[in-house]
Order: sequence, then structure tokens, then C-alpha cells
Amino acid sequence: MSVVLEARNIVRDYHMPGSLFSKGRTIHAVKGVSFTVEKGRTLAIVGESGCGKSTLARILTLIDPATSGDLLIRGRKVDIAKGDLTKDLRREVQIVFQNPYGSLNPRQKIGDALTVPLVIQGNVPADERRDRAMAMLKKVGLSEEHYNRYPHMFSGGQRQRIAIARALMLNPSLLVLDEPVSALDLSVQAQVLNLLADLQDEFNLTYVFISHDLSVVRYIADEVMVMYFGEAVEYGTRDEVFSDPKHDYTKTLFVATPRADPASIRARLARRKVA
Amino acid sequence: MALLEIENLVVEFQTTAGMFRAVDGVSLKVDEREVLAIVGESGSGKSVSMLAVMGLLPWTANVTADKMTFNGRDLLRMSDAERRKIVGKDIAMIFQEPIASLNPCYTVGFQIEEVLRFHLGMGRKQRRERAIELLTAVGIPNPAERLNSFPHQMSGGQCQRVMIAMAIACNPKLLIADEPTTALDVTIQKQILDLLMQLQDEHGMGMIMITHNMGVVAETADRVVVQYKGRKMEEADVLTLFENPRSNYTKALLAALPDNATGDRLPTIADYFKDGSDIAGAAVS
Repeated sequence: MSVVLEARNIVRDYHMPGSLFSKGRTIHAVKGVSFTVEKGRTLAIVGESGCGKSTLARILTLIDPATSGDLLIRGRKVDIAKGDLTKDLRREVQIVFQNPYGSLNPRQKIGDALTVPLVIQGNVPADERRDRAMAMLKKVGLSEEHYNRYPHMFSGGQRQRIAIARALMLNPSLLVLDEPVSALDLSVQAQVLNLLADLQDEFNLTYVFISHDLSVVRYIADEVMVMYFGEAVEYGTRDEVFSDPKHDYTKTLFVATPRADPASIRARLARRKVA
Repeated sequence: MALLEIENLVVEFQTTAGMFRAVDGVSLKVDEREVLAIVGESGSGKSVSMLAVMGLLPWTANVTADKMTFNGRDLLRMSDAERRKIVGKDIAMIFQEPIASLNPCYTVGFQIEEVLRFHLGMGRKQRRERAIELLTAVGIPNPAERLNSFPHQMSGGQCQRVMIAMAIACNPKLLIADEPTTALDVTIQKQILDLLMQLQDEHGMGMIMITHNMGVVAETADRVVVQYKGRKMEEADVLTLFENPRSNYTKALLAALPDNATGDRLPTIADYFKDGSDIAGAAVS
């Protein structure tokens, strides 16, 4: 198995400039996180808002540079602060954002949104761009007639499909999914999760899946990393983390997740009767 | 006698393409000290039916019902002035998205005290005392100082607590919680749900919990109404619903939970209606 993504001790600080009356300060958003993801596998990153998981996603997607630490993509060291970001590299890593209502340009037709990455990469003639976009639309469960429509004509689940299609246009090897189903209804969520699983099988994709929903993580992940205040407090295979959580925060997370099985409902109703 | 009783509620909106029926013949009732959950996906009419009870829908909405009573009083034939005396006092609502529901121009103290002044006619000093008491009850540290904070100075979880404090300010008989935890982290969600259940128990309120999260339903409800496309699909007590759901739609919803995944793929709603049968035909009355 080849390693697609490796992070060694990634650190990201944000400096808040001081003013006349206050001193500047530094916020440590990510404090030394290390992990590896193998080809065709899914790493899930779990944590509450403000724990640095989206900051980490931006670093992995080569949007922001890390303050220190090494990021290796397919064994090659990448530091975008030094200007390592080439078109080839950009093609390797793509991202799907959380809110499909905010991540599509309302004035851009779906077809244009899908073909822009190919235009930027160059060397793809117009008719081939169109064909590839049409093929991708079908792949994510939409149809050719959607090519000339605008984002407002689609439901949330369809928009997330479009966002996934756009991310896949350049055949990336690594896809970062930043809470891709948290804005969707339960029934639509199941469809999108199925689509992601199908696409992973077909293209042998590697996923970094960011979520705060443990039931989704348990379903989709191979490895799980739990983040808390910028640190990775737990990292292991799914079964290790779910059957034997080590850190207190992970245990708190498990306790807080609502359980929907008849046994726990019965227990709750019994407690309620006593009280 | 039931606290809130609705029979055959229909809500229609005027659109350019004619009337759109958002709620189509929903009947339900809530007793005192009972927690009713309304479950459904977005667009199933769950919020709209409760807004109709509160009288908060815009004038374009056309609300009809065979019966809509609260505590024996007819909500349909009530004047707006009379309704305003009940809404916010005896029926209170916690809205989705706490940060967007609070007024950014006023301190949270002002917004809580406004409810007390309007409904209970309390004096300035009394109001301040009660507001501090309320913030303590919902678990906000340093309540006296926090009253002077603006909504943007508080986190999402704290804003939701302020919303709850406003809703319980007049000890309502019925509390409607519209997706109270959707925008929150699981750990905060747990705290808010625990708080709501504790308050419900202490004050003996009836409660309607609107949600699309089956986990929240399992953790809070006594009885559950499942809605789809404006229609009631099923009504059952919570244990029966999870153990042997009768309507196909409920079965599909439960199967789509990642917790219940068997094998590689999750069953989707579409799988249950493959034979082309009308979803409406799946309703169990």
C-alpha cells in the first residue's frame, strides 16, 4: 500500500496584531499533528467547532501553509509558503466544503463550474471539456440536462453532488471532505454517503473526512483521529477508537452522542418514570 | 383535556404557480407534562404547522383547521390582540439558529426583560432580578454581567441558552422547540437537551420538539409524529416507533441511520419506494 498523504508535526499559529491599548497575541490553532493515510483509505477527523479541524483541512488542501512541520503528498515534500504549489500538485488534492449553498457561485452555470478546473489546467479542448463534465454529472447521479442550470435550481443534496463532481473533475488522488453531509437531511445524507463510497471504490480515492457526527464516522472511516484544542488526542483504527477510547474527551464525545436504539430508549423511559 | 389539540390543519401559501400546500391535514395533540417530537426532513411542514399555532405566518399563508385549541380556548377564532397575550406567555417557542434569532442591536438582558415587562408587567428592579434568576437557571456563568452582553459576544451554545431563558421567562404551559440543537456540537447538544428535559420536568410543561435528528427523538420524546411532504405518516409512542415502525417512510428513515448500517451501502428512501407506489399511500392513520 502506498502512502498518499503524510503529515509530520503540523503546526499552525495565527498572530493577532496588537493595537495601541492591547498586546498582540498568538493563537495556536493546530499544535503538532501527525498522521498518514494510505491509498484508497478514509481518515476521519473528529472534533468540536474551534478545535482546528478546518484549519487542518485548509493546510492539507494546500490553501494555507503550515507554520511548521512537514506535509508529504505521495512521498514528495510540499511547502506552499516556498512556492511549491504547481498545477500538477493542485490536481492531486481537492476539497468539498461543508455548505453546498455557499460553495457554488450563484451566477455560474453548473457546466461552467465543472469545466473551469479543466480550463485552468489547459490543454483540454472545449468539446472534450464538455464531454468530461457531462460524464461526471452522470457519475454523481445527475443528468445531462442539469448542465445548463444554475445552483438555485437544485436541492441541497444535489448541490453537494455538484460540489463533489467539481472536485473530481481533475482526477485527484486525495479528496478532503469538510463536513460534507452535516447540512443535509438524514435521507439525503445516506444517498451522499453511498455516492462517496461508490466513487471511492471506482477511482480508488483517498479521503480525509472531517465531521463531528460520530455515527457517520463509524460508518465511513477506516482510521479515526480525534482533535481537541488543536491537538490530536486520539488516533487509531476505527475499531480501536470506538471499542476502547483512551482519552477523556473521546469518552465525553461518545456519551454525548444521542443513541437511537430501543434498549437505550427503554432505559431512559424507566429513569423518567422513577423521577 | 389535552393542552394543545389540532385537527386537520391545512396551511397553503400563495405562489405564482397557484396555491402550494405546505401542511396537508395534520392532526395532533399534546397533553400536560408530555414531550411530543415531530420528525421530518426539510420541507415536510413541521416548522410551518407550529408557526401556524403561534400565529407567526405571513399574511400570504392561508391557515384552516377543523379544530385548533389551546387549553380549551379556540386559537382560530381569536383576535390578534388576544392571541398576542397567549403567545410568548403560555405558549413559547425556541427558534432555530439562536444567533440569527436574537436581535443584534440590543443586549440579551434587554431582550429577556422585554418579555417580562410585556407579559407580566414587572417593575425595573424585579425584572432585573428575574432575568438573573433565569440566566442562572439555564446555566450561564456570571449572569449579572452577562445581561449586558450583546448576542455577538456570546457563543452559539450560550445564545441558545438565552433563547431558552426567554422562552421559559413566563413559565409557559407549552414549549415549542424548533430544532433547538441543530447548529450545535454534540457535547453542547447534550447539555442543551439535558437542560430542556430538566426544565420540562421541573415546570411540568408540555413540550413539542421539532427535529430531523432521530437520535434527539430517541433521547427526549414520549410520543412521536412523523411527517413527510406536509402529511402525517405515523404517530406512535417512542419505543413502538423505533421497535416496529408501521409506515414505510419511517422504516426508510430508520434504515438510513448510519448506526443501523448493515453491509456496504446505506438503504435510501428511494429503495423503499422502488415499485413506484405513492408515498402518500404509505401513511398509516
